[in-house]
Amino acid sequence: MLEVTGLHVAYGGIQAVRSITFHVNEGEMVALIGANGAGKTSTLKAVSRVINAVGGDVHFCGEKISHIAPHDVIRKGIALVPEGRGVFPRLSVAENLRMGAFVRDDKAAIEQDLLGVFEYFPRLKEREAQLAGTLSGGEQQMLAIGRALMSRPKMLLLDEPSMGLAPIMVQKIFEVIRKVAADGMTILLIEQNAKLALESSQRAYVMESGEITLNGDSARLLDDPKVRAAYLGE
Amino acid sequence: MDIFLQQIINGLVQGSIYALVALGYTMVYGIMGLINFAHGEVVMIGTLVTITVAGTLIKAGMPVALAALAGLTVSVLSCMALGWSLERIAYRPLRNAPRLTPLITAIGMSIVLQNLAMIVWGRNYMTFPPLLPKINFEFAGAHFTLIQVIIVLISGATMAGLLFLIYRTKLGMAMRATSQNPAVASLMGVNINRVIAAAFVIGSALGAVAGVMVGTYYEIAHYQMGFMLGLKAFTAAVLGGIGNLAGAMLGGVLLGIIEALGAGYIGDLTGGFLGSHYQDIFAFIVLIVVLMFKPSGLFGEKTGDRA
Repeated sequence: MLEVTGLHVAYGGIQAVRSITFHVNEGEMVALIGANGAGKTSTLKAVSRVINAVGGDVHFCGEKISHIAPHDVIRKGIALVPEGRGVFPRLSVAENLRMGAFVRDDKAAIEQDLLGVFEYFPRLKEREAQLAGTLSGGEQQMLAIGRALMSRPKMLLLDEPSMGLAPIMVQKIFEVIRKVAADGMTILLIEQNAKLALESSQRAYVMESGEITLNGDSARLLDDPKVRAAYLGE
Repeated sequence: MDIFLQQIINGLVQGSIYALVALGYTMVYGIMGLINFAHGEVVMIGTLVTITVAGTLIKAGMPVALAALAGLTVSVLSCMALGWSLERIAYRPLRNAPRLTPLITAIGMSIVLQNLAMIVWGRNYMTFPPLLPKINFEFAGAHFTLIQVIIVLISGATMAGLLFLIYRTKLGMAMRATSQNPAVASLMGVNINRVIAAAFVIGSALGAVAGVMVGTYYEIAHYQMGFMLGLKAFTAAVLGGIGNLAGAMLGGVLLGIIEALGAGYIGDLTGGFLGSHYQDIFAFIVLIVVLMFKPSGLFGEKTGDRA
């Protein structure tokens, strides 16, 4: 479904991503793991056109998307949950969710999907009228994921959904992410928490200094001694 | 007491004009953090276009009401086009430039527009055609005119319309989202360029309405009139908390009332030493006091990194 070939990202002279190639099949949850600064977020930003890649191609559902406008990416069916959540602090929870459906015009179906998001995250229903800025970090992460779902994406890109959250909240968030995946969503997950990411995904790519150094089934990577030493602290 | 009520009424009228102009400053600032100092000139051009259009039509024998409506329409449309062009030509190329650059450009655009207006309409004061009949009312010893009533009503209705647009429509939600986080708004599918252009176009339309009201009220216009009006409306926006819509409205009305009361009492206060023609100092005293003691204004958020 998503094909990334030879993607290259640089900031000035600094090479953040060095010509990486990976793919995500329909219905799969694929993790991209690696240490801080390995180039994971840059990869995701280049795929979602927030930044321009220096080189390489991105194809989605067979269509080349590496040159479209950033605001058209979501129209192709890719929704990014950005690092740090990026909720609109002075919009209400409900308005944030409706912003997620900005590209849609089917009012009745939007209301339907709103209920679907509240089913995934009952906490958001309780906070519906509250300003998003007043939510806790975990609630904001729920909101950011719910907002991305509101566009009815074909694929979800998650950038560090566990970042800065208490362990219990991380568990809750990942429970829902697995549920969303089980409901058929294609997901590309970026995580520093390698154990969690490998336990949740089917396949994974390991990034190091802007390159993909390992890839394969998540279960197998979880047992790989190199991965265990480098990312699982053993 | 008569003077007090009279000055409150005068201030309310002047203040609702300030409020409309202040909204143009605050909308653009809220979305892109830019003080569009050329906004006062947009208002001026709104007034002068009305003089030309309505004046010509009246001379050609068209009924005054129709001519007024035509003047207002053409003025609003021209200002919208002007606001759109300003953004497109002067500010968009500087979107990623240091903050000071677009600010200086704004001052430059203000000078350019003033000079263009001087070339087109000349240096002399122009008489604004009487678009409304002169009817006087009296209430509790205070006098006011039909024109004043209509100014307050129209600006009230315009502001209500703006609030509806911003808080009840999809475009308004996209504008609020963009002002809070443009990068994420873009992820949601919002075309940031369009939202910014919309802020300019809507602000300029409000400015045109204000321009027509100023002309009708004072019956006189001049290519330099936008400077002081713009500065005062900017003061009103700062007083209310720049970037905040309700703040601009309240700030405008408050500033109008402060000025009117100041003008009404300055003679008594200084024993006749200063007359009511010193009324302009009150706006700037307000600006200085706000900047010194509460730079975020009445309703402003404490963000502070925007200059």
